[in-house]
Amino acid sequence: MITLEPIAAPDAPLARRNPVAKLAAAMLFAFPLMATLDPVAPAIAIAVELAVLPLFGVHPGLLVRRAWPLLAAAGGILVTLVLFAADRSGRVLLDAGPVVVTSGVLVTALGLVLRLFAVALPGVIVFATTDPTDLADALVQNAKAPARFAIGALAAFRLVPLLGQEWQMITMARRARGVEAGRSPVARLRLFVSTAFTLLVGAIRRGTRLAVAMDARGFDSDVPRTFARRQRFGVADWLLIVGATATAGAALAVSVALGTFRPLIG
Amino acid sequence: MGGGVRLRGFGWRHAGRRAWAVRGVDLRVDHGERVLLLGPSGAGKSTLLAALAGLLPEDSGEPEGTIEIDGRPAAEARDRVGIVFQDPQSQLVMARSGDDVAFGLENRGVPAEQIWHRVDEALHRVGFPYHRDRPTAALSGGEQQRLALAGVLALRPDLLLLDEPTANLDPAGAALIRAALARAVDADTTLILVEHRVAEALPLVDRVVVLEPGGGVRADGPPDAVFAAHGDALAAEGVWVPGREIPSRRAAGPPGEVLLTAERLGQPPRLAPTDLTVRAGEALAVLGPNGAGKSTLALLLGGLLKPATGRLAASAELAGADSRSAPHRWRAPALTRRIGSVFQNPEHQFVTGTVFDELALGPRRTGASESAVHDRVTDLLSRLRLDRLAAANPYTLSGGEARRLSVATALATAPRLLICDEPTFGQDRRTWRELVDLLGDLRDAGHGLVTVTHDAEFVAALADRTLTLAPPEAGPEQR
Repeated sequence: MITLEPIAAPDAPLARRNPVAKLAAAMLFAFPLMATLDPVAPAIAIAVELAVLPLFGVHPGLLVRRAWPLLAAAGGILVTLVLFAADRSGRVLLDAGPVVVTSGVLVTALGLVLRLFAVALPGVIVFATTDPTDLADALVQNAKAPARFAIGALAAFRLVPLLGQEWQMITMARRARGVEAGRSPVARLRLFVSTAFTLLVGAIRRGTRLAVAMDARGFDSDVPRTFARRQRFGVADWLLIVGATATAGAALAVSVALGTFRPLIG
Repeated sequence: MGGGVRLRGFGWRHAGRRAWAVRGVDLRVDHGERVLLLGPSGAGKSTLLAALAGLLPEDSGEPEGTIEIDGRPAAEARDRVGIVFQDPQSQLVMARSGDDVAFGLENRGVPAEQIWHRVDEALHRVGFPYHRDRPTAALSGGEQQRLALAGVLALRPDLLLLDEPTANLDPAGAALIRAALARAVDADTTLILVEHRVAEALPLVDRVVVLEPGGGVRADGPPDAVFAAHGDALAAEGVWVPGREIPSRRAAGPPGEVLLTAERLGQPPRLAPTDLTVRAGEALAVLGPNGAGKSTLALLLGGLLKPATGRLAASAELAGADSRSAPHRWRAPALTRRIGSVFQNPEHQFVTGTVFDELALGPRRTGASESAVHDRVTDLLSRLRLDRLAAANPYTLSGGEARRLSVATALATAPRLLICDEPTFGQDRRTWRELVDLLGDLRDAGHGLVTVTHDAEFVAALADRTLTLAPPEAGPEQR
């Protein structure tokens, strides 16, 4: 199950950094890596990401559990490329009828899998070490996001787990009414749509009630909001952003120096 | 000093409606008074509270007359007013309890260095038993509602409005809120409360105002005087006037044959293994505190959930051709002819676009002819006072109407056994009596009835036997 609660030790030196700084660092670290198709730069990036895990207080086992959809996607990429890659250059490693595995295929597949991990892991680490409330606070206080948006999204976010329970209740309530899809795919689709509609009606009502309750407590007042929880953005946060950008640049530089750099465009 | 309320000929009509939600109300409430606002369903109590809280946007309807708080129009005096609504789930904003109380203080621009002091003070006033870091999701309904009250009290309103704050809570949760209110509301705060469980609200108030459904104020004064003059009429209109007798509808004869037998039936950790027999012609009430697994038991008995432990067997009398398989394996159309289930939230069960189709759905699915369907639906519509609403969309019904419709849909296929989860929750006295009569008639006609309930009066009026579930550690006790 994918959970969104932070799983890290909260007082680890990098986990404690400002959520906006962590988010910016993750983006500035990951985006440059998309510029190349080679396996070297993402491999360096992954090595760096795993090396800083202890600084974020994330236990590797927990990270694997949180990142399992990535592992599944990586497996999918490998299988697809091995079966369908057009470029079958390089040394033949395995020749099993229609499936010809060559070193060229493996290098391409490896490059894609490594890029996937290198780009996605920073995001996984940031969300694993960030409390949603802190993120909303920092977005408002440090990134000057409108409170109406950030706090509103936070409040809506709290209602998400209820939707799963609600879906089960609606499905059971329909069975009690004699409504069940059985084997027909058309009936299944229709039931899915009508269950989703009931869920949506309920969600909109609950959301409307919540919005009224929030406004009743002054959420829509013109008074400038104060902040009960102060989010600070200091030198260490700037250093995190600069460090992340520099490391990504270094990974690309190593790739160029080794001659493995293969630009995405051109 | 503030919190004085003055209404002159006040009215409000929601956009797109022909009838006025509330009209012609002249009312004066002075600083520090505690008022219980009463009236039959549809008299406009909630609309009036929303207007006092300044929560009726100008573009959402048409106003009439004036509504003022301390001489200012209510829409401009919102910083002086606090309101607590029914549903705790949709009032809490933040993930941590203390942050939620701080939310309103931040919105009002209270300086950061004062916020946490005021948060702790408000939590203390309502008797909140945990540290302010307690996750709001880990609180019971009663505790969440206490927290919502703290969030409002932290803003130090002159006027506190309460819109049925205990209607969604079990008796233990409702008692928590009443205790918190008695403790937290001081003599400087004006209080206006809407609550149809009158007996429980009376210790909190010194004045009762009754709204007339057609418009205006019917009665206004000390509780004793108002109930002496208007008690009978109010009771007939559905208000839970204290000291009224509740009719008994116990079974006249002994119960009939066994319909369901449960052996060690359970769903850990939600429901401990439970032994139980359900009989025809008997009303069984399932009682127990929150978290004991009553609703889970109702789903299991209704054939809607696969048992995790033990087994549930249906007798040949109930199961017909399917007597060798357990109810959760039956096809849905067969299930709905044999066991009907009424869910706590009626809207979960609505599938069609009109009240008529909603009632016709079950009979049509089980293969009844169109003329038989028509007769059955017409009969149910008139018995449950829904005939005027045959063409209405089920999602637009009031709480009482939706409840009656959800019971009627389960009855439409004439199941031998009916399972209801909290059917009387939050209902006014009139709907309550209709439900008791309807379910009593059903039982007397030889149907089995299982009701999960917290409602002691319902149990006293109807139940022939009770099963009390204990929280999962201990076993159930039967009597």
